Amino acid sequence: MCTLSRQRKGSIHELVQMILRERFCHQRLPEKPVGMESQHKHLLELLRRTAVHGESNSVLIVGPRGSGKTMLLNCVLRELLEVKDVNKNVLPVHLNGLLQTDDRIALKEITRQLNLENVVGDKVFGSFAENLAFLLEALKKGDRSSSRPVLFILDEFDLFAHHKNQTLLYNLLDVSQSAQAPVAVIGLTCRLDVLELLEKRVKSRFSHRQIHLLSSLSFIQYLDNVRSQLSLPQDFPDTKFYDEWNDSIKTLCEDQSVVDVLQRHYNSSKDFRSLHLLLMLALSRVSASKPAIKPTDLLEASRVCMVDSKANILHGLSILELCLIIAMKHLNDIYEGEPFNFQMVHNEFKKFLQRKSHSIHNFDKPVVMKAFEHLQQLELIKSMDSSTAKIQKEYQLMKLLLDHSQIMEALQKYPQCPTDVKQWAMSAFG
Amino acid sequence: MVRYFTRLRVRRIYKWGGRPYIFDRKLKSYGFEYLNMSVEGQEAVTTVTPGQYILIEGNDDEYPFVAKLLKFFGDESHKQKKALVQWFLRLSEVPQNKKLLLGRSPHPQEIFYYLGRACDNEINAESILGTVHVQHVPEDTPFPEPGTKDTLYVKLSWDTKAFNVLDPVLMQDTPASTPPKPALPLFPPCASPTATPVSRGPVRRALPTPDPTVMRRAGSVSDTRATMSAGKRSTLEAESIHSASKLSASKILSAKRRGSAADTPGVRKKLQLSIGASPGKKMTRADVLCELLDEEMESEKVISLKLSSSVSHSLQHGCSLSPMRSVCKTPNGQRRFPWKLSSISLDRLSPTALGEQDFSRATTPSRRKESAMAIREPALGVLAEEDSEDSPMQPIALTPRSKRKSAQLVSLRIRKQLNLLDNTQELISDGDDDCFVPSKKDLQSSSDEEKTVSEEETRGRNCKTSVRTPHKTPSKKVCMAVGGFCGACVICFYRNLLDNTQKLFSDGDDDCFVPSMKALQSSTDEEKSEEETVVRKTRGRNGKTSARTPCKTPSKKVTPSTPRHATPSIPSRTVPARQPGNILDEARARLHVSSVPESLPCREQEFQDIYNFVESKVMDGTGGCMYISGVPGTGKTATIHEVIRCLQHASDMDEIPTFRFIEINGMKMTDPHQAYVQILQKLTDQKVTADHAAALLEKRFSNPAPKKETTVLLVDELDLLWTRKQNVMYNLFDWPTRRHARLVVLTIANTMDLPERIMINRVASRLGLTRMSFQPYSFKQLQQIITSRLNKVKAFEEDALQLVSRKVAALSGDARRCLDICRRATEICEHSASHPSSTGLVRMSHVMEALDEMFSSSYITAIGCASLQEQLFLRAVIAEFRRLGLEEATFQQVFVQHRALSRVEGLQPISVSEGLAVCQRLGACRLLLLEASRLDMLQRVRLNVSQDDVLYALKAVRD
Repeated sequence: MCTLSRQRKGSIHELVQMILRERFCHQRLPEKPVGMESQHKHLLELLRRTAVHGESNSVLIVGPRGSGKTMLLNCVLRELLEVKDVNKNVLPVHLNGLLQTDDRIALKEITRQLNLENVVGDKVFGSFAENLAFLLEALKKGDRSSSRPVLFILDEFDLFAHHKNQTLLYNLLDVSQSAQAPVAVIGLTCRLDVLELLEKRVKSRFSHRQIHLLSSLSFIQYLDNVRSQLSLPQDFPDTKFYDEWNDSIKTLCEDQSVVDVLQRHYNSSKDFRSLHLLLMLALSRVSASKPAIKPTDLLEASRVCMVDSKANILHGLSILELCLIIAMKHLNDIYEGEPFNFQMVHNEFKKFLQRKSHSIHNFDKPVVMKAFEHLQQLELIKSMDSSTAKIQKEYQLMKLLLDHSQIMEALQKYPQCPTDVKQWAMSAFG
Repeated sequence: MVRYFTRLRVRRIYKWGGRPYIFDRKLKSYGFEYLNMSVEGQEAVTTVTPGQYILIEGNDDEYPFVAKLLKFFGDESHKQKKALVQWFLRLSEVPQNKKLLLGRSPHPQEIFYYLGRACDNEINAESILGTVHVQHVPEDTPFPEPGTKDTLYVKLSWDTKAFNVLDPVLMQDTPASTPPKPALPLFPPCASPTATPVSRGPVRRALPTPDPTVMRRAGSVSDTRATMSAGKRSTLEAESIHSASKLSASKILSAKRRGSAADTPGVRKKLQLSIGASPGKKMTRADVLCELLDEEMESEKVISLKLSSSVSHSLQHGCSLSPMRSVCKTPNGQRRFPWKLSSISLDRLSPTALGEQDFSRATTPSRRKESAMAIREPALGVLAEEDSEDSPMQPIALTPRSKRKSAQLVSLRIRKQLNLLDNTQELISDGDDDCFVPSKKDLQSSSDEEKTVSEEETRGRNCKTSVRTPHKTPSKKVCMAVGGFCGACVICFYRNLLDNTQKLFSDGDDDCFVPSMKALQSSTDEEKSEEETVVRKTRGRNGKTSARTPCKTPSKKVTPSTPRHATPSIPSRTVPARQPGNILDEARARLHVSSVPESLPCREQEFQDIYNFVESKVMDGTGGCMYISGVPGTGKTATIHEVIRCLQHASDMDEIPTFRFIEINGMKMTDPHQAYVQILQKLTDQKVTADHAAALLEKRFSNPAPKKETTVLLVDELDLLWTRKQNVMYNLFDWPTRRHARLVVLTIANTMDLPERIMINRVASRLGLTRMSFQPYSFKQLQQIITSRLNKVKAFEEDALQLVSRKVAALSGDARRCLDICRRATEICEHSASHPSSTGLVRMSHVMEALDEMFSSSYITAIGCASLQEQLFLRAVIAEFRRLGLEEATFQQVFVQHRALSRVEGLQPISVSEGLAVCQRLGACRLLLLEASRLDMLQRVRLNVSQDDVLYALKAVRD
């Protein structure tokens, strides 16, 4: 807890924020992964056998985003490296499908992380082919009992399957199935169909061990988690504050409005990452004058989280642009979602001006065009033609990217919206 | 020596010589008496006749094949040039595992008479590189110690199984083949002495005719060499006359020859030239020296090194009697000779020249140093000069009488010091640095001898010089120093020869130097063959020569050997891997795919077929292709490895000839053309580019190479070697069809119809019809595999095994899968071992659990574990699909459904942004298939699971 001592001089709420932020931003691994004990045990056993017995293995950790795959793996690795005879023996190699976008880069990265390039002296690595032969040779030279086990950790495993011929995967899995240097290939992916991506010969070499991380958390457990996530650790320096804070968190989690908000979040997604986002927003409202999280903080945070992104954009539009959007909505109703062009929207708008409008003046066509283009830039409308087609702007076919509900909601909240515009929007047909 | 030959990349021209005689009427083949070889662009012609030992072009440039030529024959059109040979074997060509049978360390020049029958003894005559000496050494006598590189010794014969004592009759069936060649040349002397690279072997060559034109043409490269050798020859002859003081009658001839050589007009001319140049200029010796030094510094700074080597040439050339090269290499007794002779010739000329000789002694070593060094020299020179002036005795050595006397002394010395030879040679062979040590020693010894003719002071000076020399000059240049020491008048010739030497070295680099040395060597070899009685001594000197040569060449070879082939390995662990503890651990280790089973059950038929195929090819020394197909995990590669293991064993037992096994894998290379590189690397350990490798392999497999063992090539994942032109596949299947290839290609791929599907006709045709298909394992076979792997380790219940094998056989028949499931089952068993009911055996329930884990679809669980909104969205998708009657809808449409559904469920409706997030999450898991997200609300949604599965999963959740 060196960080705590470092923070002594800061005020107490800053300390709280620091501890909790570390937790929410996944900078510190939890003591024990929550809700995945069996998976943890399975993975730990597997990697321990590789590290201690030199048994080659391959395993996939599959789970939706934010379900804690990396966290689980890191916990296991941390635990594994705490074992004395494992510590100096294992060579972990971390690869990420988003970084190592092809086998060439991946091979270089592996060589670098294994510190093999030192062996070649100052010779700059030549071709891709040399690299591969070099690495395979190195792995082939080892054997089960004498070489240090290598843990290949492939984050975004599914992206590796898109590499040409799946050379890297084939070779890694082949090593794991032959009497060479002991390796463990650990793939992390969120795709459930990842095995279908593998070529059949690659697939045959994979051991078909999959660790699924699918949280089956009930809401009660979810609430407990929220409480424990917000609680301060036992070794908090100020015991008085510690008690106060934890009590306030307890009452917070019993508040009905808070439970409702959390329920809503739980319904939306069970993963901790979105929960952490919510709690983080609430936490940021804690200050010296307000040293606890109040239900209102959480409600406000929830509102920020749940807000519709496009509704916010609509609030910033001018009356003319809003009118154009209402015209488009009517066109959508009339033509059942068929695309429209500027000319149609303009006509619809002119009809409104002639028949119903009292407050809106007539705009020149170029001005309307400008407003229309602005909407396109905001991506509230989207051109349906391919950009290469040389069609006059006025006749380019467009589609509205807004739902009825979004438009109506925006109209409700729009400040000083003219009533005739509102009425026009609500009328069934233009 | 052949290395240089190939480096020069000369084209050789072969011509039949002599009258053809009909050799076989039926085959219309003609025999020929001899073969003339010449190098394009040079006039030199080498003649090879049956009975000679020849070098034949092989894979290794450095060590070509050796054979004895038995007969030449060709067809009527003279196009084909064939030769029958009796092979000899180098130790490096003996299979690795048989080398130990020799039971002693081989001599580097040792070869073995080949008695095997597996080798084609008919070769293409155009692969002959040149001739070589082969000497038969009786079993109990040691190898003649200092052998030249050009002389090979044969002691034993090799019949592919054991080394036997060679029957001397075999070696002596043709008298012409004895190493010392008949003294007289069989062919008229050529216009220019053939010191071309080709003739570096003991080529028959013109006797040293004192041809003035030759001497005059010393400017051109080859001619210079020739002259050198001529010069050397005369030295040698001079030596022979002295050394063999008990002259045999035959020596008179050589004495005459010597005289003629010494009287060569060219030599005389040069000498006179130098003398003519000197009197005019030489006021004082110091002046001359300075002048000379200055001139040389100016003109020769850049090519100082080259000059230093050229000095040696010019030295020999000019003095005609002082082969400086041999001076530094040959035993001291001989070394003294040139010195004497040159001094003699000088003395005849003028006393000033003698003084200059002293100078040169002192200064030559430092000539190649900085001018600062050179400036110091005159002082020494003056000192030396005074010495020599104080020694009136010296000229005595110049009278003809004393000359003869000294010659006698020398010959005496030679015999005495032959004993010393061994020691010095050892020193020399140690390496570059040691090189000068013997020379120093030699200097001293020569100066010792000097004592016999000159007085004490002179000796003191000589000693001084000799001590100085090693200090001042780099070892490489010691020879130069000695050269300067010996050939006093050389200094005068420097300037005369400067042009020549520059010409000589302007085109070449250091390499140029070595071949010329070689030429020199070969000329000495020739010398040896001419003079029967001198042979022994010459060999002694040759031994020196050869000892010197390696000194130079390896240093060149060592430098480029950077750690290019360094293949690192994974660092080894500090704590050794733990051995399996209990039965389950043991079973798991045995069930791992990587563990090599004692035998391969269930593939007996396939094993036998492949074994027979490969064995027959290896036995016959022919080639062939085989295509093996089968789904993954059916034991294709394992079976072949097993076959190879058995064959290796058989070849170890000498049941079949030895062969080489090479394995490449299409998946383990980045590009199909890398196949060439890998094959070549595994065959010869060379690393070259793909194109070059293809060319080399083509050459290797199409040219008849003697003593070639069969190569068995396993090409795994053949389909990956597909290219648009299919040239990789084409070559792989074409090589085995070549007559001399001796290549067996076993190819593996997954699909049975690969040849028909992806190969163009000419490739498929070459692949042939030898095909084999590995069927997926049946459940009984799988069960047998597991049982045999477990090998009586009782870890599974019988039923559990049967369940696994039946399940896998029904699904894929993949043995790997089967083993993996069993392994997983042992783990599960271990975890549940804490239960009191467990017996420690893997039961049905464990296997069921493992099967579930591996085979059950995770989609249903994933849907069950999804959040409420996600589940609702899936329902909305299905509802929308039903409404549309399509399996596809836009997000907008689905979202309307979703909103309606949440109203029904009594949930607060979510915003569009949230809905999109839910949709994206489902898409990331691939429960839904989505279009690109930039389409926003218009992106189309499809289900990646069947609707029934979704409904089933959702129903299960609700219940």
